[in-house]
Amino acid sequence: MPSLKDLRNRIASVKATQKITKAMQMVAAAKLRRAQAAAEAARPYASKMETVLANLASGISGSAAPALLAGNGRDQVHLLIVCTAERGLCGAFNSSIVRLARDRINALLAAGKTVKILCVGKKGFEQLRRNYGKHIIDTVDFRTVKQIGYSDAEGVARRVISMFEAGEYDVATLFYSRFRSVIQQIPTAQSLVPAEIPAAGEASGSKAAYEYEPEEEAILGALLPRNIAVQIFRALLENAASEQGARMSAMDNATRNAGEMIKKQTQKYNRTRQAQITKELIEIISGAEAL
Amino acid sequence: MATFSFELVSPERVLFSGDATSVVVPGAEGDMTVLANHAPVMTALRAGIVTVDNGKRLFVRGGFADVTPAGLTLLAEQAVAVEDIDAEKVSAQLRDAQEDLRDARTDEARARAQETIDALQAMLAAVRH
Repeated sequence: MPSLKDLRNRIASVKATQKITKAMQMVAAAKLRRAQAAAEAARPYASKMETVLANLASGISGSAAPALLAGNGRDQVHLLIVCTAERGLCGAFNSSIVRLARDRINALLAAGKTVKILCVGKKGFEQLRRNYGKHIIDTVDFRTVKQIGYSDAEGVARRVISMFEAGEYDVATLFYSRFRSVIQQIPTAQSLVPAEIPAAGEASGSKAAYEYEPEEEAILGALLPRNIAVQIFRALLENAASEQGARMSAMDNATRNAGEMIKKQTQKYNRTRQAQITKELIEIISGAEAL
Repeated sequence: MATFSFELVSPERVLFSGDATSVVVPGAEGDMTVLANHAPVMTALRAGIVTVDNGKRLFVRGGFADVTPAGLTLLAEQAVAVEDIDAEKVSAQLRDAQEDLRDARTDEARARAQETIDALQAMLAAVRH
């Protein structure tokens, strides 16, 4: 039976925790708004890029396609780019991305492939290090970056591309969490190399009269590395929004749980107090009667 | 005069979206002016100034112009309105870049530094005009 003082202390500590989770929720909500706006602002560029790329790619025959577009024909060495958050306390956000990546790694290892992992974000690195430490080639740290800019994504992309050119991997896959809503973030695996190109739509009809300056191949050659940077940028932005969304709902839950706990503890406290008063009264009365 | 729809998008945001009668585009192989009903063209951009008919000038660096019957789309890696450029800041960046060029060891780093310098110089030139 905890004493009254114990109960009081416990209630006070839960209240303090509730204050923190409440504040974190509010901060996450504000950050989410910003992250969502950034993700939305990046969407037109990414979708235009996709259209242009689809137009170009449909015009180029299979063998002439650059390696970044069609892959280099092998799939022995896989590079997994796992994008996670820098911070925890955001529900299952990090673990669900890592789980998806882990499933893929296990499947690839079972098939006898070589796996290389590039971690973006500290949390994913920490979780993957335990089992796959020797596969991790590097971690990219965005802890100091407040708002992810295109140049950050470009840095990652440049690495990915130079590794491809050096023949260090054959297939690259990007893992991140797609932002659906505050309560729903979908961990996603996206193929970077070879590029995932949506089929060209009706726009391809007008393609015959297209003029290219410089030539098609040169433009495609310049466009593909950029496309990788854009894809990574989009993944990072989606991730940022997802992280804040996940944190917001996790902290909302935590606040609610703390509220429930306070209610229960307060009830227990009051009951104990009442019991003690009753006990004291009985003691006094029976003492008086005995006289 | 006939207008066409013009969009200038950078990865971070949409800078211009609306109708225009003429847009001057700094293509990789020379400037070109896009008017309504321009033949479909796809061209790479060099660092330079995009001028929209109403006199609005925007600095773009790296990217593509895509002219379709539907209009003109500029995909620029970096884009900023000329009036937003801070000449002093750019000069400082230029000095940094020139230092980078001196320190560069590999050909690749040198090429990248040179590219940055060219872009910054184009930016400065744009502000001074």
